[in-house]
Amino acid sequence: MAKTQLPTQPGAVKTGGARRKPTTRLGKAQETSFSAVDWVDERTSLSGGMRWLMFRKIPKGTNWFYTLGSATLFAFMSQAVTGVFLAMYYDPSAINAYESTRFLTNEVFLGEFVRGMHRWGSSVMVILIFLHMARVFFFGAYKYPRELNWCIGVILLVLTMAMSFTGYLLPFDQRSYWATIVGVNINGTAPLMGPFLSDFLRGGAEFGATTLSRFYAIHMLLIPGLLGALIGAHLYMVARLGTTAPPWMKAEVSPELREERV
Amino acid sequence: MNQREKEQYLRDYSILKSKGKPFFPYAVAKDSLMAVVVMASIMFMSIMLGAELGPKADPTTTTYVPRPEWYYFFLFELLRIIKPAVLTPVAAIGAPTIFILLLILLPFYDRSPERRPERRPIATTAGILTIFVMGYLTYLGASAGSPNEIDIEVPAQYEKGKIVTAQAGCLACHKIGHNGNDGPGPELTDIANKLPKAALLRTLENPTAPMPSFKDLPQEQKLAMVDFLSQLRGEEQGPPPE
Repeated sequence: MAKTQLPTQPGAVKTGGARRKPTTRLGKAQETSFSAVDWVDERTSLSGGMRWLMFRKIPKGTNWFYTLGSATLFAFMSQAVTGVFLAMYYDPSAINAYESTRFLTNEVFLGEFVRGMHRWGSSVMVILIFLHMARVFFFGAYKYPRELNWCIGVILLVLTMAMSFTGYLLPFDQRSYWATIVGVNINGTAPLMGPFLSDFLRGGAEFGATTLSRFYAIHMLLIPGLLGALIGAHLYMVARLGTTAPPWMKAEVSPELREERV
Repeated sequence: MNQREKEQYLRDYSILKSKGKPFFPYAVAKDSLMAVVVMASIMFMSIMLGAELGPKADPTTTTYVPRPEWYYFFLFELLRIIKPAVLTPVAAIGAPTIFILLLILLPFYDRSPERRPERRPIATTAGILTIFVMGYLTYLGASAGSPNEIDIEVPAQYEKGKIVTAQAGCLACHKIGHNGNDGPGPELTDIANKLPKAALLRTLENPTAPMPSFKDLPQEQKLAMVDFLSQLRGEEQGPPPE
């Protein structure tokens, strides 16, 4: 069995001659896939980055609490996928919003299931964010050198809450309509920025026809774009700085190393 | 954290890291299992709890009870606890803004090198306290009823106004006798002693935020509501709750 051979250096160019010619059909298939990977790698040098990302070491003592961040990411991806399917049926106009949601819920195959996943997925995501945040807080993981990543994380929390606020209006039933009116009014009480923020959200001084499409655009374009970009930065920094070891782990140099250190 | 402590940390961390296992497949396996659990819980909740769709939004309605999503309950409760109208912006905007700022700036004012929770008494206590306060406020918000009935004896000509008031959801934020929630709005039990009829009507149409405007309510219902409110002098409190 031929082993997968990653180039030792990013961008290293493979010359075909070194590898033995495959004889079996399976060998040929493997050879083809390797050469496809090589072809991409020769042009992108991705393998170095992948190796850096996938084979970096995770400190000793890492436990289940450390899966909360990736679980949050997974909940976000679930929201993104279900959201795309909901957007296929939803119509963000004051006249059709409710009717399209009703149609989606009652008539479309698995419609209520997907809408339920999106609706409850938001709760799951918020819970996971708070749990992840609690883990980082109590383990002191926000300290040097990860301060900036903590700040990005808090912004991600705020953006997620804004997602929830803008998404709440979209079904356009009584509950969402009136809760949003109160919510926008609350925003309006803020000093200085408040009235402008409310006007911006409503698309005018009154809750009108533009409000719904505005909330929709913010909910499915503006905030998800920001979230995606910041999640990328968050993850890059996690990989760059490494995840913390649990605070009670002691760093002990093994005896052989200690001797070497003169 | 001074330079020496930073270097010490980086040194210790590199030792712990070198003793660890690679991200793939060890952490990836754990993360994947967790992803399955997350997916299963979302699907389970979707199947069990469904996606309810209430009646269509109707700006002229009289029967609504504005309720936020459950994870906003703590904010909603904060609004109710901090009652005076002057302080409403403080509760609605000020407290959350300060809280978020404190969170963002956390690594800049907590600069000690200590990471073990039991050796950071202030941070750990503050964290646990925050969790308790938010949990308690969420519980209060969840258990707060949203009654659409006002249990007060009124002369027959005010019955209609009483029903309109109850169905308009005033009790979500106002207290009338033993009914409703004490805040964020002021108590209405003796509102007639404080505001004349014209002022009541004006407030309904042009309220102070966060109260929604009742301008779009049909005139007849609005006047019935004002009639009912303008006879609330505080002496008729209805039977106490059992």
